[in-house]
Parts: sequence; C-alpha cells; structure tokens
Amino acid sequence: MRKLLNSLLLAVFIAVILFISRWVGQQAYSWMPPQGTVEAKHVDEIFSFLTSIGTFIFLAITGVIVYSLITCRAPKGDWSHGHPARGSTRLEILWTVIPTILVLWLSAKSLSIYQQLNIEGLPPVVMRHMHLEEPANAAEVSDTKPVDEVIDVFAKQWVWSFLYPNHVTSNELHMPVNEPISLRLHSQDVVHGFYVPEFRLKQDTYPGRTITLVLTPDHPGKYQLRDSQFSGACFALMRADVYIESRQAYNQWLARTAASQSTIASPPMVIDNTQTAKEILNGNLLTIPPGC
Amino acid sequence: MVNNPREDSVRADESAENSHSAQQINWREYFSFSTDHKVIGIQYMVTTFIFFLIGGLLAMIIRGELITPESDLVDRPIYNGLFTIHGTMMIFLWIIPFNAGLANYLVPLMIGARDMAFPTLNAIAFWLIPPGGLLLLSSFLLKTGAPQAGWWSYPPVSLQNPYSHGEVIWILSLVIIGISSIMGGVNFITTIFWMRAPGMTFFRMPIFVWSMMSSQLLQLFCLPALTGGLLLLFLDIVVGTNFFKPWEGGNPMLYQHLFWFYSHPAVYVMVLPIFGVFSEILPAFSRNPLFGYRSVAIATIGLAVISSIVWVHHLFAAVTPSWMRVLFMFTSMLAAVPTGIKEFAWTATVWRGRLHLLTPMLFALGGVVMFLFAGITGVMLASTPFDLHVNNTYFVVGHFHYVVYNTITMGIFAAIYFWFPKITGRMYAEGWGKVHFWLTFIGANLTFFPMHPLGLHGMLRRVSSYDPQYQSWNIIASLGSFLLGMSTLPFIANIIVSWLRGPRADDNPWHATGLEWKTTSPPPKENFEEIPVVTEPPYHYNDDTFGTQAATQE
Repeated sequence: MRKLLNSLLLAVFIAVILFISRWVGQQAYSWMPPQGTVEAKHVDEIFSFLTSIGTFIFLAITGVIVYSLITCRAPKGDWSHGHPARGSTRLEILWTVIPTILVLWLSAKSLSIYQQLNIEGLPPVVMRHMHLEEPANAAEVSDTKPVDEVIDVFAKQWVWSFLYPNHVTSNELHMPVNEPISLRLHSQDVVHGFYVPEFRLKQDTYPGRTITLVLTPDHPGKYQLRDSQFSGACFALMRADVYIESRQAYNQWLARTAASQSTIASPPMVIDNTQTAKEILNGNLLTIPPGC
Repeated sequence: MVNNPREDSVRADESAENSHSAQQINWREYFSFSTDHKVIGIQYMVTTFIFFLIGGLLAMIIRGELITPESDLVDRPIYNGLFTIHGTMMIFLWIIPFNAGLANYLVPLMIGARDMAFPTLNAIAFWLIPPGGLLLLSSFLLKTGAPQAGWWSYPPVSLQNPYSHGEVIWILSLVIIGISSIMGGVNFITTIFWMRAPGMTFFRMPIFVWSMMSSQLLQLFCLPALTGGLLLLFLDIVVGTNFFKPWEGGNPMLYQHLFWFYSHPAVYVMVLPIFGVFSEILPAFSRNPLFGYRSVAIATIGLAVISSIVWVHHLFAAVTPSWMRVLFMFTSMLAAVPTGIKEFAWTATVWRGRLHLLTPMLFALGGVVMFLFAGITGVMLASTPFDLHVNNTYFVVGHFHYVVYNTITMGIFAAIYFWFPKITGRMYAEGWGKVHFWLTFIGANLTFFPMHPLGLHGMLRRVSSYDPQYQSWNIIASLGSFLLGMSTLPFIANIIVSWLRGPRADDNPWHATGLEWKTTSPPPKENFEEIPVVTEPPYHYNDDTFGTQAATQE
C-alpha cells in the first residue's frame, strides 16, 4: 500500500515538473529580443527546447534534494549512520547512459538547427581567406543560393562604416527586407564583432581577413549594431544604426545617399576593395586612437 | 589573520589551560620560509583570501559603474583596467592558489603522509604567489594605468600603446604565478603517486585526492600552452616580433587557441577540487557513504580528459569553420555526462540520509544546486546556434559566475568551515556561519541571476555604458553585489575571533571518516604519531560504532 502510494507520488511529481518544464520552455521565447531575421526563429526554437530540458533536470534533482532536506533531518547530536548503500551498478549505468543519450540528442538537434540555417540557402557564416591563404579547412560554401545584395562592413576603433554595391558609403547599415544579404566583414585594426541582438548571429572580424556572414532580415525596423568583441577604450560606444526596409525604400535611400555623396568627398574610413591588407593597415596601429 | 598582535598573549594564556599548545606553531612561522605543508597551506589560504577581498572590491566598483547606463563613476580606461585585474586576480590569485593551499594542507593528511614529496619546492611555489600578485596590482601605479585588454588579452588590442606597458606587467605576473602552479602540480602528482600510506590504494583515496590528482594533471598538460602564448605576446610587445600582428603576417587566432587550450581546462582546475570538497562534506553530514564512489572517481578523471578537448567552444563566433564548431559542440556537450554522474551521486548520497544542516553542509548543498544551474546553462552554451547569439554577452558572464562564485567560492567556504576545527583546533560560531551562508546565497543569486536575462537581450560583456533598456536588471545585480560584499564580514569576524578564542574542537567533531580526522586537531608537526595502515573502504559510514551517545559539537 505504502509502495503504491510512493509510486503514485513520484508519478505526480514527474507529471508536475513535466508540465512546468513545458510551460517554461514556451515562456523562453519571450525572454529573447524581437526577431529580426529568418535565422532568429531557429535560434529561439533551440533555446526554448534547451530551456524545457534544462528546467526538467533542474527541478527533478533539486526536488529530490529538497525532499531529503525536509524529511531526512537527523536529531541534533545524533551522529548515527544512515543507510549503508555504497552504490548500485544498475543505477550508475542508468545515469551514465541516459545523460549520454540526452546530450547526443541535444547535439543532433542543435546540429540540425545549425544546418537549417545553411539549408535554406543562408549559410550563417562563410569564411573566406582573402590575404592569409590557408588550406581550405574553413567552410567554403559555394553551392548555396545566390545572395541578392553584397555589402562590405568595415570596423575600426570605434566606428562602423558600410560600402554598398553602387559605391555608396555610409555609417548606417541599410538592408532590404526578405532578401538574403551577404555581409563581407573587414577590420582595419583589432578584432571586432558584428552583432545585432535581434538577428541572433554574431561573427568576429579580423584585420587582414574578409569574413562573410549571410543573413535574411525579415522584420522591417530600426536596430542597433554593436561591437561584440572587446576592442579597447571606447568599445561600448562602437555602435551603428541598422535599418531593415522594403526593397523600394532601400533603393531610394541608396540613390539619395549617392546623390549627396557625389558632391562631397567619400568618408576617409572607407577603403577600396582592391587594396591589399598591407595597404589597409598602413596606419600606426600600435597606438590606440585618443578619446572616444 | 594570524598576524594579529594579540595572538601572542592569547597563545600564552592558553598554554596554561590546554595540552595542545605545545604543538602549536609560533605565528611568526607563517611569515617564514617554512617547509611544513600545513604552514604552507595556511599561508596560501590566507594570502589568497586577501587577494579575493581586493578582487571583490574591484568587482563592486564595476557594479557601481553599471548601476547607471551612462559611464559616470570611473573613466572608461580605468573601467577596462578594473575588469581586467578583477578577472585575472580571481582566477590566478584566488581560486587556483586557494585550492592549492587547501590541498597542500589536506592531501598529505588524507593519504597518510608526513609531508608533501618536495617540501622546499612547495615553499618556493608559495613564495612566488605574493610577489606575483603584488606585481599585478602594481600596474595600477603605472602612468598609463593597469592592463586593459581583459583577462584574455587578445591581440591586437593587447599590443596597442599606451596600455601595452600594463600588459607587460600582466604577462610577467602570470608567468610567475604559472611557474608556481607547475611546481605545485609536480609536487601534488608525485605526492599522490608515491607517498600514500600502506593500504591506501587508488580506490581507497578520498574523492578530494582524486580531484586534486586530475586537476594537477590538467595543469601540467595544459598550462605550457598559455605560458607559450604569453611569451610570444611578450616578445611581440617588447622585442618587436610579429607572431600576432596581422599587418605583419602574424595570426591573432593562434593566440586565441593557445589561450583557451589552457583557460578552458583552467575552469576544471578550479572546479574539480571543489567537487572533491562536496564529495567529502555531503557524506559526512548525510551519514551515508558517498554513493557510487568508484564511478565518481572515474568521472573525475574523465572530466579532466574531456575538458582538454573542448576549448574551441569559446571561439564559436571567431574565425572558426563550421566543421570545427560542430565537432567541439559534441565534445563540449559530452562534458555533461561525467558532471551528471557526480550530481546524481551527490543527490543519491543525501537521499534518505540522516542530515545535519550545519554551515559546511549548507554551503555544500547550496553549491551543488547552483552548480546544477550553471551546468544547464553550460550545456545551452555548448549548442552552437544558441551560442552565436549569447556569445560575449552577460549570459556567459552569469553562467561562469554561477561556476566560479556560486559553486566554487561557496565550496571554498564549505571547506573552510568543515576543516576549520582540524586546522585550528577550535570551533567556529555556528550561528554566524549560518548568517554568512544565507547572506552569501541570497547575495550571489541576486548578483548573478540577472546577468542571464541581460545577456539574452544582448547586453555585451565588458561594456562601461549600456542602453537604458538594460537598467532594471543591472540595478538588482549591483545591489546584490554590495550585499555579497557585505556577506564576507560575518565570515571574517567569525574566523578571526574563533581562531583566537573559539571553544576547543575534538579531533573529529563531525564524526567523519578519512585519515585527517584520525589525528589530533591541529595535527602534530609530522601529522601522525605513527603512519596509519588503511584497511577500510573510503567513506565508511556504515558501521554502528557511532552510537547516539557520541559526543557532539552541535
């Protein structure tokens, strides 16, 4: 009778924490910033999934510990021993095998999400070596959908600048909505990181290398680009406005900016693509720029 | 704590009233080049605790800056120096050397040895720590200020003037501390392999000894990579070589790999001994043998092996090809298996025990539960697609502070309370211990939990100013950190007062198993009257020799 009651209680406990884990997993979507790209949906999916599993494990183990704390207290000063069990081979195999299967499952699921970002013609990260030739171990994704727009992103302490296909340069990043965009990341001094929280993607950028990041924005709006890799004194101030807009608005902005730029000299921080790494990096990089 | 001027007179008073005093060492010995592993252990623990307090003060200034979105408390370069020194100090001058000190005290006692294998080397290893730490702190006095490139010191930022002066000091300090760690590693491994008492087979060693063995093997295997990387960085700055200068054909990625090849396993160098502490304390206060001792011992070694092949998960957002991201995602997730074995074993040890919720047990249980949380966010971070979002955000900062504070530092407090009667021969004040636990537990969660939602929303680590949208969670974290800072006060008061005039402790106040409890408190100079012969399995909490009549210190 008592055994039956125990099993029943255990079943209720498991049911309750299963329910809570599922609920927490659903809540996890709301802990993220709004979604700005197609990729963001996949990332939020894996986060929700990991949160559910994590909540279940946390509640199960903590539940057992708290139950013991409440029910198994020894009287003060009574140092007699508890049960003599030193282990149980069956149990130990079980709690080795189950976590192994669980993490393999989590890895497989993460891998599939990571691949989905690729399968949809949107490899999140395509590495290319421009100046530092190395064996082709970096992912060279060539059989993906052609991207519609290629924008060069330049990072330097502590300014972002962007070069558009029609040679327009700006300190604002404008992208047309619902089109795969290829961002070619360059750094002109130290390691920087390209990160817009709503895009859920992050990629460091290295001096002397061009690293391509492909993404598809799908929510028009204004976002903020930040430097995600510590880059010196004014690192926190290295930001740029990002606008996702319709193809029409994007083209209009490009034309308008091109017209205004024909009258003034192009901003000094923007460099021509044909320059070599050595030429790009000819400044006195060993000295940090003064002030912010 | 031992340099209190009242020490002498107190000791003199005591000599009349107790018989232990003949064995007690003069406090001056703690400032000398002693080769006694117990003296060296205390030297390590007290010195590193002072560095912990300094590192904590730096953290409170950081949190003071972050209580408002604007950069208004300190200049940005000073802020960058603060988090650089905070991180460096907490890792290399608090946790790693504290563990070395605790193990210095305990390992010879636990395996039934009279001292470490190389007592002089042991003393040299300790005496490198204070100059290393002072050198690091001296960088604040430089005209150009402390090093500012973070505790990672990634080039090219770390190569840039004018802050590279501080960087040179940072490198030299770390190399000195690294030499100390290697000396300690050689000493611990030799001691554990060759100095065990008769009958102390490998599978009779306490888990704490297993975990020290694993963590020190990791030190010997991985630390040279960091030292090599630091040396190349030093040459780049001082001699003008081009190892990491991209504009001269150097490769900054190389530094990142060398750095993390050590600095990821370093997490396990820090946390494995604390898993050992949990594995000693939970059985003692549950009155149960450690459940699945053998599998926990093997999991300890397994964790050390796995931890040395996961470092690239720190570089998922760097120039890392997809195949490498996927491969290291799998290995990183596998680390959850041996960790899980430990969590399950501790849970099963507590299950249906006869629990005594005294201060060491509270800290240990708090650490176990907080580590569970840290482990879960750790598995999340191993998942490449999720990591690309939260990499370098406060989510990561929250995750690793749940490891280094809520698990490791809680475990260190647990260890201090647990072995305090053995080390000093006196009891601490239980009530104040509990106050300390609750303040720490609440303060640590208030400080570090808010960092997770902040990171999910994209607040980046190392920023000195941030968007106003992040302020509310930051206020909670900052207030929590001030509480956390205050929580050390009852601890310090308790330890000093109890050390000087706490009630006398029995040789074995917790009725624990293990050789260290079979000698006097504090142990005599040679540890044991006679080298013990081990005939029992470890954690032998299953005979009935302890009746309810057993004396108690509760």
